[in-house]
Amino acid sequence: MKKRIISLLMENEPGALSRVIGLFSQRGYNIESLTVAPTENASLSRLTLTTMGSDHKIEQITKHLNRLVDVIKLVDLTEGAHIERELMLVKVRASGAQRAEIKRCVDIFRGQIIDVTASVYTIQITGTSDKLDAFFHSVGEAAIIEVVRSGVSGIARGEKVLSL
Amino acid sequence: MEKLSGGDMLIRALADEGVDTVFGYPGGAALHIYDALFRQDKVNHVLVRHEQGATHAADGYARATGKTGVVLVTSGPGATNAITGIATAYMDSIPMVVVSGQVSSDKIGEDAFQETDMIGVSRPIVKHSFLVRRQEDIPEIVKKAFYIASTGRPGPVVIDVPKDITNPVDKFDYEYPDSIKLRSYVPATRGHAGQIKKAIQMLLGACRPMIYAGGGVVQGNASKQLTELTRLLNFPITNTLMGLGAYPATDRQFLGMLGMHGTVEANTAMHHADVIFAIGARFDDRVTSTPSKFCPSAKIIHIDIDPASISKTITADVPIVGPVDAVLDEMLELLNASSERPNENSISDWWTQIDEWRSRYSILLNPNYDVNSEMIKPQEVVKTLYEVTGGDAYVCSDVGQHQMFTAQYYSFDKPRRWINSGGLGTMGFGLPAAIGVQYAKRDATVVCVTGEGSIQMCIQELSTCTQYNLPVKIICINNQALGMVKQWQDMQYNSRYSESLYEDSLPDFIKLAESYGHVGIKVTKREELKSKMEECFAIKDRVVFMDIYVDPQEHVYPMQVPPPTGSMRDMWLSKTERT
Ligand SMILES: Cc1ncc(C[n+]2csc(CCOP(=O)(O)OP(=O)(O)O)c2C)c(N)n1
Ligand SMILES: [Mg+2]
Repeated sequence: MKKRIISLLMENEPGALSRVIGLFSQRGYNIESLTVAPTENASLSRLTLTTMGSDHKIEQITKHLNRLVDVIKLVDLTEGAHIERELMLVKVRASGAQRAEIKRCVDIFRGQIIDVTASVYTIQITGTSDKLDAFFHSVGEAAIIEVVRSGVSGIARGEKVLSL
Repeated sequence: MEKLSGGDMLIRALADEGVDTVFGYPGGAALHIYDALFRQDKVNHVLVRHEQGATHAADGYARATGKTGVVLVTSGPGATNAITGIATAYMDSIPMVVVSGQVSSDKIGEDAFQETDMIGVSRPIVKHSFLVRRQEDIPEIVKKAFYIASTGRPGPVVIDVPKDITNPVDKFDYEYPDSIKLRSYVPATRGHAGQIKKAIQMLLGACRPMIYAGGGVVQGNASKQLTELTRLLNFPITNTLMGLGAYPATDRQFLGMLGMHGTVEANTAMHHADVIFAIGARFDDRVTSTPSKFCPSAKIIHIDIDPASISKTITADVPIVGPVDAVLDEMLELLNASSERPNENSISDWWTQIDEWRSRYSILLNPNYDVNSEMIKPQEVVKTLYEVTGGDAYVCSDVGQHQMFTAQYYSFDKPRRWINSGGLGTMGFGLPAAIGVQYAKRDATVVCVTGEGSIQMCIQELSTCTQYNLPVKIICINNQALGMVKQWQDMQYNSRYSESLYEDSLPDFIKLAESYGHVGIKVTKREELKSKMEECFAIKDRVVFMDIYVDPQEHVYPMQVPPPTGSMRDMWLSKTERT
């Protein structure tokens, strides 16, 4: 079982997303995270999802995704060198001596404090999912009030592209 | 350019697509479409008695003709009634276009009268679907729907049409596209040349080969190529339940059906094979039995149009994605151009072994039922049907023991003659499917083999037969029970017949048939079976309902010992004997 990042281009049509998601529940596959938005070409959407599975299962998933009429092209980014990023917005309790400690932690993780009140910092961090997880450990779960993660986006390194 | 309303466009587009028949049922949201239908004469409509019947009829029509079956229903209950038939077509990869009415665009999402999210409800059982948002899109959507439904691995496509889109007042330019291209849907047109060469080498080197051909050969119109290749190689061949007729069943090289109720010789040959050549078959769990015990020494070549069917449950050594006809054509060409042939001695030894299994186990050579029984045996009904129809009828089946007996005892020599719900196993399929076949083949002998259980699931369609004068012959193998359920209860639940018996509540099918204007023939005596059956088929212009009382204790054998213990060749031969 490995984490996989599957990225695909599909028609930006109503119903397309529900077909992708439906496929996962219908066939008993799991989606860990999912992001989707139109591309520079408004008729296309780029969808990235992460899932866990054996090689056999991932092969089945990619075949079934490819079979969907709306799906144009697909890549398993984890098969090659790639870059993955996730954006996280997190509210933490920050008062007294904690404020400096958290600030330092945010700097180490190259995050930004994007909103401040007397007792709360709102922080933005980007990076791999592992890095975001590591941030939780560093600030301590007790301090965390609210977390919003975007889900993973990814792109292949170098010349390789997923385009029409 | 011609200007048409949305409703007129829809019907015109069907006509321009070459559709001659639509099976359907009207209702509020579809009334503009029905009015458009009324005002033209190119597209005929068959009014069924339940929307499930419309889908099965369109499905039967598609299976018999190879054309796309077309269904028209209204929103809400009309659409949901069509679901079982859509799922049936989906599981067996049957080309079908279902047009469903929908509430007006401005009411969608408001729980309007007869609103159902048809796109959502049908999503897991369609190949694709369209919700029409603008009248102008209708011609292109119809073109796309037929293209998607009928190419690649075929399947049902839904077009959901809100009522306002079909209103007769607003008119738009109409032009039907000649062809269509979809950047996101490009089915394979030929197999990979390198893989094809590899497959040929593997076939030439085989000592104990087996050809395993499925419904893809029937749907893909590749029976001719399959037959030629099988004969050229002199390999033994088996067909799946869906593939029956893909290879002539009366041919020497045919070992019968494989799988759960397949022949011992086909299953045993599969088990011992060193090369399995799978063509348009999908290693269904009713074929493979326990996957980990499946054909332990076999290398597998697998041709399929759908990559997702390859290596799904059983890993293929040589996968070939492509249309079966094109791939087999290419293989034939290569083989014909070469002098290489499989090793004659090995193949002849293999045949000696197979013929030994065949002489020991063949149920056609040695019937596996008591031929001296007082009571009529269901197998004998099918055997008699085969004789009386000269083996050349279109046989539509329902689901249960009668279906398996028919698959075992009616030898299909031609494709598209055996029409049954293999993947979904839908009781109620038989009669409406036969209606679809008879409508397409007015002069053909069309039979519905059914059980007293299944026939009651779509019995209302007897009325449709009357309206359109469709002289279907109904062979009801009446064992006074949900026989297949009862058989499993005998085998696995110590004969505790939980809800598989009707306690004398069966209708008088003869009177019932007569009330629709049909002929009813009841048979209870064995000695009358053949003469009554001949009487039935001598009546050419009317529906005949034959209610044939058979031994209620009969089981379907052979039957594979179920997973997780059984391999393919492990089979029950009777209530007490095993291989
Ligand atoms: C719609 C539907 N419901 C339930 C079943 C489960 N089932 C499979 S065979 C069978 C019994 C069929 O009885 P009958 O039509 O009399 O055929 P027989 O097996 O007696 O020949 C049942 C209930 C099914 N296949 N389809
Ligand atoms: Mg019965």
